[in-house]
Amino acid sequence: MKAAKFEYERPRDLGAALALLREAGGDAKLVAGSQSLGPMLNLRLAQPSLLVDVRGLPELRDVRDDGDHVFIGACTTHADIEDGRVPDPTQGFLRKVARGIAYRAVRNRGTVGGSLAHADPAADWVSAMAVLDAGVVVRGADGERTIPASQFVLGIMSTAMGEGEILVGVRVPKLSPKSRWSYWKYCRKTGEFAEGIGAFVVDPARNWWRGVMGATEGAPVVIEDARSLDPAAVASEAYEAGTYEHQVHAVALKRAAAALNP
Amino acid sequence: MKTIKLTVNGQRVTGQVEPRTHLADFLRDHFMLTGTNVGCEHGVCGACTLWIDGAPARSCITYAVACDGADVRTIEGFEDDEVMAALRDAFTAEHALQCGYCTPGMLATSRDIVLRLPDADEARVREELSGNLCRCTGYVGIVRAVMRVLASRRGAS
Repeated sequence: MKAAKFEYERPRDLGAALALLREAGGDAKLVAGSQSLGPMLNLRLAQPSLLVDVRGLPELRDVRDDGDHVFIGACTTHADIEDGRVPDPTQGFLRKVARGIAYRAVRNRGTVGGSLAHADPAADWVSAMAVLDAGVVVRGADGERTIPASQFVLGIMSTAMGEGEILVGVRVPKLSPKSRWSYWKYCRKTGEFAEGIGAFVVDPARNWWRGVMGATEGAPVVIEDARSLDPAAVASEAYEAGTYEHQVHAVALKRAAAALNP
Repeated sequence: MKTIKLTVNGQRVTGQVEPRTHLADFLRDHFMLTGTNVGCEHGVCGACTLWIDGAPARSCITYAVACDGADVRTIEGFEDDEVMAALRDAFTAEHALQCGYCTPGMLATSRDIVLRLPDADEARVREELSGNLCRCTGYVGIVRAVMRVLASRRGAS
């Protein structure tokens, strides 16, 4: 299908983008690669009056080393991470996740920030950033704040961002060389949205045994101490035992756990 | 309407577009570049895959207005491309197409595989092609065609 009519602006800087959002009063959508929003527009599930294209804003392309973490700008593409054009502070975890997102043609344009802001619970970065305890940096009229990734997605396509705020990037903690991680997802077809995600990050330097159950009906389920994990019990937090959804999420956690152990 | 300037198959062009017009429709309707096929129109089938700024992209979920200043290359723009010529020959030899609807997108993706992943094995080729759907021949011939080009380039180097 074709998208319904919308206006389009490409602001010169972040201030102008914020002003456009403010003027539109909640009826505008930010867009970068349009790989998540594009399908929604074409299917007319989303019908904003205005698209504000932030893809070219240099503030959102910034990548910098900030000591114990790396800041990755919102408009960094999945392919930028897959190909190592931006540093991966997670001993390969980010690159592994990036390579598994959709298809290469999508990864070339889709962005980390766009995927998080879109907040499809099955999106890879939603689970990956939550298990990494990353911080989602957003900027609004009142300045900048950082939201823990585990508290960023509130539900299906719903986030902790305010209407007038722009996601500027993510703060990804640096993992130590002794850290281990795993990421396992079940998709009905390669490249499709996952039906169940399991991931673990273990880092002795941070005393981390973090796990996540993702691709749920809402926010990812973060397990702060996954040392004595019972996958079925975790799945039961979100799904009724005996259902397909319960089974697929328990299996994702089990397989991710198995992939973690050497 | 917005005015955009971009490069299409090496030529500088200017166009007036409604923001909601996706790149595939823009190319087909304004320039008769009908080699870019429109299938699902929500980024799933891969029929509309072409190259933007040196990398494959979905032209149905990329809006023309967002391509102001971009370098777009459609299947028509690869006529003299060495890799594409090898892929065309291999697709013919391996019976990698029947109705041809998916073929421009398949070729656009295959060219990326050949250039970016010269050491790809069959499993990787299948994974990389998973975003392009074919409803006629199945994928055996298409995968063989890509493997044939990869093998011949490895042999030549």
